[in-house]
Amino acid sequence: MTSYAEGKRVLQGGSFLLEDHVPEDVFTPEDLTDEHKMIGQTAHEFTEKEILPLDAEIEAKDYKLTRELLRKAGELGLLSIDIPEKYGGAGLDLLASLVSAENMSGQASFSGSLGAHTTIGTLPIVYFGNEEQKKKYLPRLATAELVGAYALTESGSGSDALAAKTKAVLSEDGKHYILTGQKMWITNAGFADVFIVFAKVDGDKFTAFIVERTFPGVSVAPEEHKMGLHGSSTCAVNLEEARIPVENVLGEIGKGHQIAFNILNIGRLKLGVSSIAGVKRLNTIAVEYARQRNQFGVPISSFGLIKHKLAQMAILGYVSECMMYRTVGMIETAMATIDRDDPRQALKAIESYAIECSIMKVFGSEILAYTTDEAVQVFGGNGYSKDYPVERAYRDARIARIYEGTNEINRLIISGQILRRSSKGELGLFQAAKNLMGEMLSPSMPEDLSDGVFAQERQALANCKKIAIAALGSAAQKYRDKVQDQQEVLAAASNILISIYGMESAILRTEKLVASRGEAACRNQIDATRVFANDAVQHIEAEAKTALAAMSEGDELRMMLATLRRFTKFIPVNTVALRRQIADSLVEAGRYNL
Amino acid sequence: MKICVCLKQVPKKDSILRIAQDQKWIDERDISYEMSEADAYALEEALRQKEAHGGEVIVISMGPERTRQSIKEALAKGADRAIHLDDPIFEQATDAAGIGRAIAAALKDEGCDLIMTGLQSDDHGFGQVGLIIAERLGMSSATIVMEVQIETGSVRVKRELESGWFQWVRVPTPAVLTIQSGINQLRYATLKGIMSAKKKELREVKAADLNLTADDLKPLQSIERAYVPEKSKQTEFIEGKPAEIAARLVEKLRFDARVF
Ligand SMILES: Cc1cc2nc3c(=O)[nH]c(=O)nc-3n(C[C@H](O)[C@H](O)[C@H](O)COP(=O)(O)OP(=O)(O)OC[C@H]3O[C@@H](n4cnc5c(N)ncnc54)[C@H](O)[C@@H]3O)c2cc1C
Repeated sequence: MTSYAEGKRVLQGGSFLLEDHVPEDVFTPEDLTDEHKMIGQTAHEFTEKEILPLDAEIEAKDYKLTRELLRKAGELGLLSIDIPEKYGGAGLDLLASLVSAENMSGQASFSGSLGAHTTIGTLPIVYFGNEEQKKKYLPRLATAELVGAYALTESGSGSDALAAKTKAVLSEDGKHYILTGQKMWITNAGFADVFIVFAKVDGDKFTAFIVERTFPGVSVAPEEHKMGLHGSSTCAVNLEEARIPVENVLGEIGKGHQIAFNILNIGRLKLGVSSIAGVKRLNTIAVEYARQRNQFGVPISSFGLIKHKLAQMAILGYVSECMMYRTVGMIETAMATIDRDDPRQALKAIESYAIECSIMKVFGSEILAYTTDEAVQVFGGNGYSKDYPVERAYRDARIARIYEGTNEINRLIISGQILRRSSKGELGLFQAAKNLMGEMLSPSMPEDLSDGVFAQERQALANCKKIAIAALGSAAQKYRDKVQDQQEVLAAASNILISIYGMESAILRTEKLVASRGEAACRNQIDATRVFANDAVQHIEAEAKTALAAMSEGDELRMMLATLRRFTKFIPVNTVALRRQIADSLVEAGRYNL
Repeated sequence: MKICVCLKQVPKKDSILRIAQDQKWIDERDISYEMSEADAYALEEALRQKEAHGGEVIVISMGPERTRQSIKEALAKGADRAIHLDDPIFEQATDAAGIGRAIAAALKDEGCDLIMTGLQSDDHGFGQVGLIIAERLGMSSATIVMEVQIETGSVRVKRELESGWFQWVRVPTPAVLTIQSGINQLRYATLKGIMSAKKKELREVKAADLNLTADDLKPLQSIERAYVPEKSKQTEFIEGKPAEIAARLVEKLRFDARVF
């Protein structure tokens, strides 16, 4: 199905910082095959016709209905995209899975139930199950005859998941593991049949188990009272000397962390994609409202400050989409070089893009936060009322920054992974930092701008990469193996990396678009890329200053700042005018239209 | 039972339509396309008949490269094979006569028992193509069909008349039926269907294969000017004391709007 990936070069995870990727390297939504588009259409129509009309019932926690809807989705094949054909699935690629997740995210609670089932509830068995386990569970998960859930978190261990206290002890007859402990915040717990539970064998060997709801000693606590996602089930799961047959140990004893963390990479991508879909949807809702709400005798969409918000939502939607498809494209290309049917190889391929997956999780959830917040603002007092959709969207969105690894944890992963891979020699950061030192010591030469639509932006991008290399290089040199303690510096570096990834992804996709459609047909996309790049340069400069001031002082700091100035030379573009243009086009279209 | 369904790809319902510079049609740049709604119901009806009586469903569509997306969708939903009339010469055929002539030529040797089309397309809305195909192929025809019952040597169909009236008629086969929207529930393309569609036959047909030239397809009808309908709505404010306003409103509703 992935004819796209054939003949593409495999790009290493994190290499965007150190290499220049070209438009032909990036996958874009325009490159989707007809099959992917049809999968998207089926997912979209299903959501529009079967899910959205039942919104009120879903929000009232009618879990029988949620199960029924999952089953219907299963009939269409929408739950089995990631499950190999051999076990009753469709065995399609990650792209198909993301296109479907994107199109099924319209009802946030259902989307949460669906994601917990198909991703964290099912994939551990797809990737780590043995033959018997796969045969036993996957065909029934594919149809939602069984609903899945994932139980990692405990009251005392969330971000620090490996500190779990749930214990597993082998029974005397050697036939069961006896699990004792309590899992917290388990999505789908209220109605799930199969839980992937993490516990420590003998109190120290972190291990995953496939736990059925009906096993003796398993019970589910009442629903949590949540801020949002009222229609998704979230409960604690109690394990009181629960008897789990030994054949239900998932993967190897003591290797549960591989399952816990690897599955999260895919979870993060999916969270990213549904957040992006949310941004686009809310942009449309805000545009529709702003068009028909009059104040001072004119629609509020004619006010510059409202235009700014509408345009910014669309810009972020567009840029994040560029980043998302680029990421999935890279993973798909890497997957084309391995044996897809070997789950270990597949996971390893995905794991090497952990940096990009974390970027998508952080960026996706934060632009969704911006968008829901500003959508409430566009609605004014109505935005604060339960009678309008944005009030709920605002609450529903809040969890995205917390689960699948909090954004703090993911920020530590982004720059932390770049440093770790560099010290292992997998990424050439240190060499690049050294070269850069040489460049910094030589006098600065006026640079010629390249040709093309994004001449200035491309130059800025190259310079921003240098800033990131310098910041990370200095941090590594200064703090060495203690760099993990410098969270603020690492987060600043991660923010720089996120902005770079966004800027570059937008430039590459838009260049590809311009090449195929011509500049005139890509006005909004070009403007969006320019505005984003302009703002990114400013953010990067601020983050770099924070990091540099934390790492150095006196003359050293002054020298670093002088270099920073050299790399942040950028004539600001008229973002006011560009945002107004984008907003006008949104208002004319009546919806997100990038 | 061999059933052929004629599909047309039209701009998506939620498209923002702009009139083209030459004012002859809409500006087709930046527009996404989909299967015309009534055609989707025709396809659904054909698939249901095949499921009940066995046989084959063929889809045929005329249009540029992009049309393949809709053809593939039909295959994904269960059609067995497809014919795509894809040739710049076919672009000449902008009216029902030309389109009907080309499709009839392509179906001449298929020996279909039934040909189903949508009642009318969502773009031009001629409502003629099905009838022209029937004439050209010497088949019987029925329009605005809401229900189809297959018999030996004929079909019984329920036709929609005006003001909520219906008519049952028996039509000898082979026949062309133009299908009304909303008569059945459209199915989704399942993922299995989508993936298996790739293996189905999608035959590309050129004008030369049908011995047709640009001249043969020259439109007999043309669009003089395309424009957005001018608004004629008017709002009237009734002023005065509440009782007077109410009386006046009742009068207006009764005599102008005639709602009671
Ligand atoms: C609606 C909902 C559904 C959920 N679904 C599931 C599920 O299905 N399965 C499951 O296993 N879990 C689930 N969770 C749990 C979720 O994954 C955790 O809440 C999350 O990982 C955070 O853990 P915590 O709540 O213990 O917060 P903590 O880890 O206590 O974090 C509190 C704060 O401290 C910060 N922090 C923690 N450690 C560090 C550090 N090293 N450096 C810097 N900052 C740090 C965090 O970023 C956060 O801001 C769900 C939660 C909710 C609310």
